[in-house]
Amino acid sequence: MSLLTVKNLNVAFRLGKQELPALMDVSFSLDRGERIAFVGESGAGKSILGFSIVNLISKPGYIQSGSIKLNKKEIIGLNRRQMQEIRGKRIAMIFQDPMMTLNPVLTIGQQLVEAIKSHTNITYRDAKNIAIEKLLSVQIASPERRFNQYPHELSGGMRQRVIIAAILLLNPDVIIADEPTTALDVTIQAEILQLLLEICKKNDVALILISHDLGIVSKVAERTLVMYAGRIVEEGPTLELINDPQHPYTQGLLNALPQMALPGQRLNQIKGSMPSLADRPSGCAFHNRCPYAMEKCKDQQPEFIHSGISTVSCFMIEEMLEEERNAQEGLL
Amino acid sequence: MLRFLLRRFIQAIVVMVVISIISFSIQSQIGDPTQQLLSPTVNQSERDALRETLGLNDPVMVQYWHFLQGVAKGDFGVSYFHKEPALALILDKLPATLELIVCTLVIMILVATPCGVVAAIHPRSLFSRAVMLISSLGISVPIFIIAILMVYVFSIQMQLMPSFGRGETVHVFGSWETGLLSKDGLAHLALPVFSLSIAIMPIFIRLIRAEMLEVLESDYIRFAWSKGLSSARIYFIHALKNTALPIITIGGIQTGTLIAYTIFTESIFQWPGMGFLFIEAVGRADTPLISAYLIVVGCIFVLTNTVVDLIYGLANPTVKFESHTL
Repeated sequence: MSLLTVKNLNVAFRLGKQELPALMDVSFSLDRGERIAFVGESGAGKSILGFSIVNLISKPGYIQSGSIKLNKKEIIGLNRRQMQEIRGKRIAMIFQDPMMTLNPVLTIGQQLVEAIKSHTNITYRDAKNIAIEKLLSVQIASPERRFNQYPHELSGGMRQRVIIAAILLLNPDVIIADEPTTALDVTIQAEILQLLLEICKKNDVALILISHDLGIVSKVAERTLVMYAGRIVEEGPTLELINDPQHPYTQGLLNALPQMALPGQRLNQIKGSMPSLADRPSGCAFHNRCPYAMEKCKDQQPEFIHSGISTVSCFMIEEMLEEERNAQEGLL
Repeated sequence: MLRFLLRRFIQAIVVMVVISIISFSIQSQIGDPTQQLLSPTVNQSERDALRETLGLNDPVMVQYWHFLQGVAKGDFGVSYFHKEPALALILDKLPATLELIVCTLVIMILVATPCGVVAAIHPRSLFSRAVMLISSLGISVPIFIIAILMVYVFSIQMQLMPSFGRGETVHVFGSWETGLLSKDGLAHLALPVFSLSIAIMPIFIRLIRAEMLEVLESDYIRFAWSKGLSSARIYFIHALKNTALPIITIGGIQTGTLIAYTIFTESIFQWPGMGFLFIEAVGRADTPLISAYLIVVGCIFVLTNTVVDLIYGLANPTVKFESHTL
């Protein structure tokens, strides 16, 4: 059964009289305990998607239309109090930079206890016990001492552990992790990733990982969705997607991995750059960077089609599949 | 902590020495005190004799040394006009000015904080726009115009408020006379405090708004939202505490500006404070009084800034008074 279902989500930024679309017809679903990843370059709309789910898009962004269902219950249009109930308790978020995520003037303890107390009616003492227990569960040594410390007294990796402890306090169903390891150094990255993975598996928590690091995605996510200029362009099981990318953009992303180039060779790039919200190309937004672009790519938006076990929106793939089918029919 | 205080004490001494040099050079450079002290009919030889007894013919360094010795003993000389010790005159007027400043600061904190916070939470609201408009007016209109307008509107046209003096004062401990404990005193306090607030508050409202806007965009506020906290908790605990840090620092510096503004306010409202005394002293080239004022104000300034730094240290957990970086 699907835990979270997003359907035709449209998010736009209002600039004066202009409406700049940031997310267009984004649809996906997430099962209980499933781990999915959103990948794409900066500006693809991955983070906006994460914030949209908990209705925390920064102004002047807003949800234009669409539906977000949590356990079959629509959560778009909930009032502030109802949304507050969902945030932290049902859907929790981890941010990119642990150095910036904790409030510098409040102790770790204050920031943990307030989260529990705002959702449940328990005493400070009980809340503190839960907090200490969660700090232990993310392998923080001497949690009693950390409880009374301020964020600046902790290292980056330690802070990210505290943040993970903070989001586990209320046993959420979904964790949205927005580049959770990008700001950490490599050895700590692996530790935090491992921790996150274990926690999700142990507590049957669903994870939405937002990342541009395909290496990390391949280790964590069961399913991957590729985003470009506010749209999902390809979706499929992570392994298949990485081994057999369909969409030219996905191919480009994988090609751009440093390990794809030979030593001494120039690194591969996708030529051009992600369009900004204001000058999104018509048709398939990727057409001006696509090596296979055709005439109709310039003014038509390709539909989603099944290709193998992936879903992809690309005219080139569509034609290829068409040809294959024709060839097969010809053979018959 | 002790280390911090010691360091601040040494800094304070350096500042005070600089101020003393400035006050001294005023004393020895502005006008000829014998013209104030003696009538125009006194002849030149008697003038010279007085200059000699006052030590005005000594080398500058010797004069400065004498001046410092006096200052160290709390002796700033005798006011040429009042014929009384300058320091005693100033200290006598200090309570009136301090009451003005403290009342203004209290009103400022009580009004500017909520205004700035609300304007930051709803930056596009009508209230926010109105606050920004009025505050830019407040910044651009000089305080003496505001004060004169106040007198015109509330005292002359509406006949609501007294326009000059301190009114009835009550003796508290020692020589401190306060206007805060009598109805008449409070009525007299209203207009001067109001004009001072209008002059100094806009900067604070804008500062709080700008700081708060920045803080509200930060990751830790987003994280607080994503934890499902109430908006009251986010605005007043998470955001305001961070906003307060730079405001505390600016507040200390602005207290100095406030002292300067009291000179105008006191002149317009005939407020018997030290600013009024100072402006009179300037008019009469009463140099001992001028230098005594400068040094007293310098002391207040150094003191407030030390206190402000201490408050900052208490509010900001990343500051440790024991550390070597201070």
